[in-house]
Amino acid sequence: MWSLWRRIRRTGRAAEPAPAAPGAPPPVPALAGSVQIRHVDAGSCNGCEVEIGSAFGPVHDAERYGARLVASPRHADALLVTGPVTRNMAEPLRRTFEAVPRPRVVLAVGDCARDCGVFAGAYGVTGPVGAVVPVDAEVPGCPPRPEEIVAALRALTGR
Amino acid sequence: MTPGIAGGLLQAVLVVGGAPLLLGLMRQVRARMEGRAGPGVGQPWRDLRKLLAKEMITPRGTSEVFRVAPVLTVAMTLVVAVVVPFVTTASPLPGVADMFVVVALLAHGTVVLALAGLDTGTAFGGMGASREVTILALVEPTALVAIFALSVPAGSTGLPAIVSSTLAEPAHVLAPASLLAAVALGMVVLAETGRLPVDNPSTHLELTMVHEAMVLEYAGPRLALVELGAALRLTVYLGLLVTLFVPWGIATEAHLLALAVGVVAFAVKVAAAGALLAAAEVFLAKLRLFRVPELLAGSFLLALLAVAAAYLLG
Repeated sequence: MWSLWRRIRRTGRAAEPAPAAPGAPPPVPALAGSVQIRHVDAGSCNGCEVEIGSAFGPVHDAERYGARLVASPRHADALLVTGPVTRNMAEPLRRTFEAVPRPRVVLAVGDCARDCGVFAGAYGVTGPVGAVVPVDAEVPGCPPRPEEIVAALRALTGR
Repeated sequence: MTPGIAGGLLQAVLVVGGAPLLLGLMRQVRARMEGRAGPGVGQPWRDLRKLLAKEMITPRGTSEVFRVAPVLTVAMTLVVAVVVPFVTTASPLPGVADMFVVVALLAHGTVVLALAGLDTGTAFGGMGASREVTILALVEPTALVAIFALSVPAGSTGLPAIVSSTLAEPAHVLAPASLLAAVALGMVVLAETGRLPVDNPSTHLELTMVHEAMVLEYAGPRLALVELGAALRLTVYLGLLVTLFVPWGIATEAHLLALAVGVVAFAVKVAAAGALLAAAEVFLAKLRLFRVPELLAGSFLLALLAVAAAYLLG
């Protein structure tokens, strides 16, 4: 316990200083200041998951802008979808989207979610996220940097 | 308006307004200790405001139980917030300000939510409900026996009487019976409010969730009520703990200045207890579910020793 306490004291704040807040008001005013997020892996290679984990880690700390990952689509305001939508995940993704109470937002994270990336044309792939559920915003990159994911989330919370 | 009703209303406003702030403070303390910046103390209020404006979803196949449960939990916790002498010993309903009634009301809040979890008919709802009820069944005996130990010096289970007796003789707090009961009730609070090491309030792993597994199907305004209810329970339990063991500052007469001191003292004491709990949680890992009964059996033993000490050491 003492070693942990010393480590806490020595580390201090790991979070990097916050970049300038987004100038534009949030696209959905009802979600200003608080956006609960449900992450859906629709067939990702887990590269984007590592970056999302890092965006919510101590260094980038997306929670300080009012974004939070939740356990249920019923609790969520936004779906964070990664990967090309595989055949097996098309129906679960659609159902997850239907379970989210309105107003709801879908964020496609990574090149695969936008246009299937390197998996385009693969036999197990249905298509990009936009072919299954309506997408409101996209984060490009393979994988996108945590800063870019955090910036997309801040555009939603407006903080 | 009698002093009791005025005091009760004041406590209700204070607890409802302060409960989300307490939750925000505890998350902020944890965030700072983890090296994060944290979303700020007001974040739970922002979450609640947003949830109230969202669509209300009633899952297919659910009954009235699912719809009524959030209102009932909040209502039962509110009754406790009104009658317990948090700020003033003048209670609007002195008969209800009894430890047994208070514990029963708080337990009912849990039972109602567990029933709602079963009502959804999902695997996680049932699993969460069964876990919550298991913990509740192990916690209730400890709570009742610890209360019994505390009621011995005062000669009453009425909370105003216990508080007045402690204020009259502060040495009672350091009596062995009181210290043992404090530790036992502390564990009860941890288990009942779903904190570490019994339940992890920030986990999103379905297999380790206890409280959250029951409420996975709630959305929008009903979820806001469920979350407000959880925050209220945390505040009321911590408030109960500080009222019983650190009662100084509670107004014993109907005087405006005394009430103001009572409000400030209550806010400071509960905030300090919450911050301490949040800081302690950083050093704890969640117990395996099958180890939780061992912890709670330990707390029951302490409560039993407290009763023995209350009679033998007087």
